[in-house]
Parts: sequence; structure tokens; C-alpha cells
Amino acid sequence: MTCPVAAPGRPERMHAAVAPEWTRLAARRRVVLAAGLALLALCLVLDVATGPAMLSPSAVAASLLGLAPDPMVDAIVWSIRLPVALMALLVGAALGLTGAVMQTILNNPMASSYTLGVSAGAGFGAALVIVFGAALPLAEAQAVPIAAFVFAAIACAGVWALGGIRGATPEPLVLAGIALMFLFQALLALLQFMASPEALQQIVFWLFGSLQRATWPKLGIVAGVLAATVPLLMRDAWGLTALRLGDDRAAALGVKVRGLRLRGFLFVSVATGVAVAFVGTIGFVGLVAPHLARMLLGEDQRVLLPGAALAGAVLLSAASVASKTVSPGALFPIGIVTALVGVPFFAWLILASRRAHW
Amino acid sequence: MRLEIEDVSIRYGTTRAVDGVSLSAAGGEVLALLGPNGSGKSSLLRAVAGLQAHGGRIRREGAGEVGFLPQDNGARAALTVLETVLLGRMRALGLRVPQAEVARAMAALERLGIQGLAGRMLAELSGGQRQMVFLAQLLAAEPAALLLDEPTSALDLRNQFELLALLRDLARRQGLLVVVAIHDLNAAARFADRIAVLQAGRLITAGAPASVLTPALLADVYGLRAEVVTGSAGHPFVMPLEALPRAVSARG
Repeated sequence: MTCPVAAPGRPERMHAAVAPEWTRLAARRRVVLAAGLALLALCLVLDVATGPAMLSPSAVAASLLGLAPDPMVDAIVWSIRLPVALMALLVGAALGLTGAVMQTILNNPMASSYTLGVSAGAGFGAALVIVFGAALPLAEAQAVPIAAFVFAAIACAGVWALGGIRGATPEPLVLAGIALMFLFQALLALLQFMASPEALQQIVFWLFGSLQRATWPKLGIVAGVLAATVPLLMRDAWGLTALRLGDDRAAALGVKVRGLRLRGFLFVSVATGVAVAFVGTIGFVGLVAPHLARMLLGEDQRVLLPGAALAGAVLLSAASVASKTVSPGALFPIGIVTALVGVPFFAWLILASRRAHW
Repeated sequence: MRLEIEDVSIRYGTTRAVDGVSLSAAGGEVLALLGPNGSGKSSLLRAVAGLQAHGGRIRREGAGEVGFLPQDNGARAALTVLETVLLGRMRALGLRVPQAEVARAMAALERLGIQGLAGRMLAELSGGQRQMVFLAQLLAAEPAALLLDEPTSALDLRNQFELLALLRDLARRQGLLVVVAIHDLNAAARFADRIAVLQAGRLITAGAPASVLTPALLADVYGLRAEVVTGSAGHPFVMPLEALPRAVSARG
């Protein structure tokens, strides 16, 4: 006897064709993400090719893919330039992600680790070790990243504690972040005022940001931290999307708003901390990358978060190439390049856009 | 679903927004909350939705989710209408969205006759369209109770009528409990089974529209001299005539 009931397992078959609006949206996103990945690969190859000894992009691509072994090219690519180029991608991705998360949980287009004091906290931590580090049992090369990481976390905790007095809603948190940015900048200025000329020079160099400190082990730490935290963040993607409709609507949809915001803050703290610890403070990428991704992909965080990471990686990688080509032979500090190139780009892209995206 | 509100009070600092309100409602009925601005309607709805700390007890009996439509806050998210409605299904969604869930979201839009908006950006909509989209989001979640805070405030006359008729249908046909805070007395009289009137946080009266909406109540609560006539469909119809002097209408 045959069973008249439809076969289980594929309930979607029972529905009419998926809404064309949904199919179009998904197709558009695939194209944008694929174009972003292609741009990322291009930036990576150019970044590795650029330097005191210029390599051809084809030689770099061959070495990266292991196609034509040339010991000299391989040595430059794998030992010297690739860690730096990959660090640009990872740090850019981390900054893009933290910016996107902050803008979402604080419901504010100006939010980023840089504008809300987390980077300033890290900078203060680094400067503290540079000025007083002689008293520590650790070597300065290890102590500076650790202090930067710890103080990024302290800044985040400070923002949460201060903003939490009025219920951890966006406005008090943003105000607390701005207040802490000024506090840490003042403390940093005080340290710079007290520092010896050598220490002052070191602080200033650290604050400019530099990818040149990248090594394979450091790269492994940044990659490991992101690999451990990003999947947790992605589990909150729907909640973060709902949060953009306002706290009340999100709560009515079943989102535990305070917990979500706290988890977002923890991610920002850890990801900013580990990114800034090894390369110093790099502004603007965290602010502009999420806007770029939001314009191109919309605000479904399942797509926006990877998009912001991709945009951040491309921006920092491109800035890395620019920092090596602005004045050949010399290395322009990357933190300066991101702002110098980023501000006009930001103005053109976001402020001149006719279609409001925030 | 059955809802029991027992002696609920809500304070903001030293202000009592809701003061010892007790009220009950059951699935299948539309309960309208009326009252002047600041009378505590929104606070009470938020408390029932679980979004507002309160004194007293609020009990929900029976299975199912409670859907809440807050007052329009002009959400600016860069989301399409379809994505916004899909959020109503977020409890059932992972990183991949099954086609069946997309179909459910589209069905909610179709139910309100706004499937043509599916691909539009939320920020491009008028206030009224946005309100309808959020209602679709609520329906997509298939709740057992609906709490709506002034859902018709941004809607044109026809959409107001259709929306309230839909709410009444959901109550009658699917047994939903619908609680709606609303300013339009005549719409409340036309579509609600019961009306509860709040003033300065207190429940003044609750009951069938014809027994609640009297000239004396309108003078007392709204400070209006009004005529109440019975419309052709048998519902009371309120016609405000003049505002009474403030001192006369002020209570307590």
C-alpha cells in the first residue's frame, strides 16, 4: 500500500519558487563578496611584491602557489614579506569586524575601537611599558603587546562600567567611550611628557602603527584568537541584525539585549587588543570598513560581518602597499597612510552618497 | 493564551506611570487600551511584553509567543523589507535560511497586501508602510498574543480600517489575544471587544465599548464635552463638541 503523505525531509519543495527579491539579494551579495576576495588576493600579491627589492607579481604568485621554486624569491616572500602582508589582512579584518560590531551594538555610525578609546587604552598600556618597563621581569618586546592587550581590555571594561550606570544603552556607552578616549590620551600625553627622548621616540613610533613587527608566531596568535572568537560572534548574527531595529524591537523578537551587547563588547576587547598589540594603533580602518560593507551588502549581519572583515583586510593591505610606494626606499608609517588616504575616500564614498545607508 | 495583570505598578524615578492596574484578557478577544497621553498605556504594554520592570504580577497562561509592536521609532537599518520580516522568524533561523522560512515571510507580507514592498529598503518607506512591515514581522513569528502600541498612528484611513479588521479576524478565527493601545476612540469602539481606560496610570474602567464610552467618562478622562451616538452597526460613536476648562477636567 502506498502512503499518500509527501516524503519527509524537504519541506521547502512544498513551497512555490523562492521570492525573486531574495534570490536577487543573494546573487548580488555573492558577486560583491567574490569581487572582494579577488581584490584581496590582488592586494596580497602586490603587498608581497612591493619593497626594497621589487618582485614581479607573477613571481610572487608563483612562489605563493609553489609553482616555480626560486630560493631567493622564496626567501623574500616566505620569510620576510608574507608574514607582514598576512598581518595586514588579519589586523584589517579584525579592525573591520570590531568596527562593525561596535557600530551595531552602540547604534552609532561613528563608533570604532579608535573613536571610543579602546585603541587609546592600548596605546597608553604600550607607552607605560616603554617608559617604566625596565622594572618588569619581561623583555620589552613581549611586555609591550601584553600591556597593549590588557589596557585595551581595561578600556572596554571601563566603557561598560561607566556606560552601565545608566543601563548599558547606546548613548551612555558612547559618551563613556569618548570620555575614556580623552582620559587615555591625556594619560598618554603625560607619559610622553615624562619620557626620555629615546622612549618618546619609541612611543611615537608605536602609536603610528607598523606591520613590520609581524612574525609567523605573532601571526599565529592573531589568527588563533580570531578563529576562536569569530564563530562565537557569528552565532549572534541574527541578534545583531535585530538590534539595528532598536532595543525594544530586538527584545520583543526574543533577543537578550544586554547579554548580546556584553558579548559584543568582549569580542571588541579581545579582537582589538590582539590586533593592536602587535601592530600599534591604526585608525580609520575600523570606522570605514563597516560603512563600505554596509553600503555594498546591507545590514544582514550574516553577510555584513564577513563583508566588514573583507573590507578591512583589503583597506589595510592596500594601505600597506601605499606606505611602501609613497616614497620608494622609505617606509611611511601605515597609521598615517590609512588616515591620509582614508579620509578623502570616506568623504567621497559615504558623505557624497545620495543613498542614505545609515 | 490568557493574560492576568494583577496590581501592576511601574515607576520612573519618582513618577508613577502605572499605578495598581489589574486586568485580564483571553485569547479570541481584542482589548483596546485607551487614555490620554502619559496615562500609562505604553508602559503597561511594555511590561506585559516583558520589556519593563514592574511591581505586581503579570501571568501568561497557555503556550505560544507574545509579539509586541512598539511605537514607530523610524528604524534606519540598511535592511530590505523581506529581511526585516524574516527577523520575525529569527528563533528558527541559523546562518543558512531555509527557503520555507523565506516563503513564510513572504506569506506574512501577502497577508497585509504589501508583498510589492519585499525588495525595497526599509529606510525608503513611509512611516505607514514601515508600520505595516513591522506588523508583518510580528505575524511571521506566528505569536499566540499580539501587543500593539498605537499601530494605526501613521496609517491612512483605509489601512487603519484594514489593519484593525485584520486584528479582529486574527482574534476571532485563530484565537489570538490582541491588546492594542490606541487613541482613536471610534476605531476602538468599532473593532474592540472590550475597552480599558487608563488615566494617570490608574485603570478607570473596563468593559464593552457601549458601556465604557459615555459622555461622563469623556468629560472626566479627556476633558471633553462629547456626544455619544449609536452608529448604524450598533457601535457607539463619539463626537467631541468642545474642550472643557482644564481646572474642571483635572482629577485629584
